[in-house]
Amino acid sequence: MPEMNAESLSIPLTQGMLLAGVLFAFGLIGLLVRRNLIFMLMSVEIMLNAAGLAFIVAGAHWGQADGQVMFLFILTLAAAEVSVGLALVLQLYRHFQTLDADAMSRLWG
Amino acid sequence: MTGAFYLASLVAAVSTGLVITSLNAVHALLYLIVSFLAVAVVFFILGAPFIAMLEIIIYAGAIMVLFVFVVMMLNLGRRAIEQEAGWLTPKIWIGPSILSATLLGELLYLFGSGILSQAGGITVQAPKQVSVVLLGPYLVGVELASMLLLPGLVGAYHVGRQLKSEDA
Repeated sequence: MPEMNAESLSIPLTQGMLLAGVLFAFGLIGLLVRRNLIFMLMSVEIMLNAAGLAFIVAGAHWGQADGQVMFLFILTLAAAEVSVGLALVLQLYRHFQTLDADAMSRLWG
Repeated sequence: MTGAFYLASLVAAVSTGLVITSLNAVHALLYLIVSFLAVAVVFFILGAPFIAMLEIIIYAGAIMVLFVFVVMMLNLGRRAIEQEAGWLTPKIWIGPSILSATLLGELLYLFGSGILSQAGGITVQAPKQVSVVLLGPYLVGVELASMLLLPGLVGAYHVGRQLKSEDA
C-alpha cells in the first residue's frame, strides 16, 4: 500500500462508485424508456462511460494504472460499437423511414 | 478537493439526466457533451489526467461528432433546413453553457488555488505508468483492440454504404 498517506485525503471509493452507479442507472433507464434509436445509442454510450468511470475510481483507490488501461479498452470498444451502430441506424432509417425501435419489431422487415 | 469532486459529479448527473429526458436529439447531444466534460473533470480530480484528455478528445470529440453527423444526415431536404435552424436557437445554449461554465470555474479554481501542487492533494497516475502497464502485461489486449477496430471500420463501411436499389 504505497499511497497510504495520500489515500486518506483523496476521494473515497464509495462516492466515486456511487457516481458511476448513478450514471449507469441513467443510461439503463434511457435505454429502456426511449424508443428513438439515436437516444438508445446515446444511452449505451452513457453506460459504457459509467463503467469506465468505475474502473478509474478503483484504479485511483488502489494507486494502480490498470484501471486506466481498462478505460482505454472500453474507449476502443465504444468507438467500434458506435460506428457500427450508427451505420445500422442509417440503413434502418433508409429502409423504414423512421427511427422508432418499435417499428422494427419483426425479423422479416 | 472533495468539494470539487462533488460539484463535478453533480454536473455530470444533472446533464446525464437531461440527456435522457430531452425530446430533441440535438439538445440531448449538447447535454451529453457537457456530461462527458464533467466526467473528464472527475477523472482529472481522481488523478488520471491522460484519461481526462482522452475522454474529451475521443468521447466528447470524435464520438459526438459521429452522432451529430448522423442526426444531420437523417434530416436531408429543404424542410429540414428550417427545422435545423430552429433546433439551435440561442436559448437552447443557456443550460449547457451554465453547466460548462461551472466546470470551467471549478477547473480554474483548482489550478489557481494551488491545491494540485500540495502534497497528497492528487495522486497522479502519469501517462508513462499507464503505457508501461498497457504495453507490458496488457499487450494481448492491445492486439485484441486492434482486431476489434479493423472489423469495426470494415463493418461500418459495409453496413453504412448506400444500396443501389434503395437510391431515393
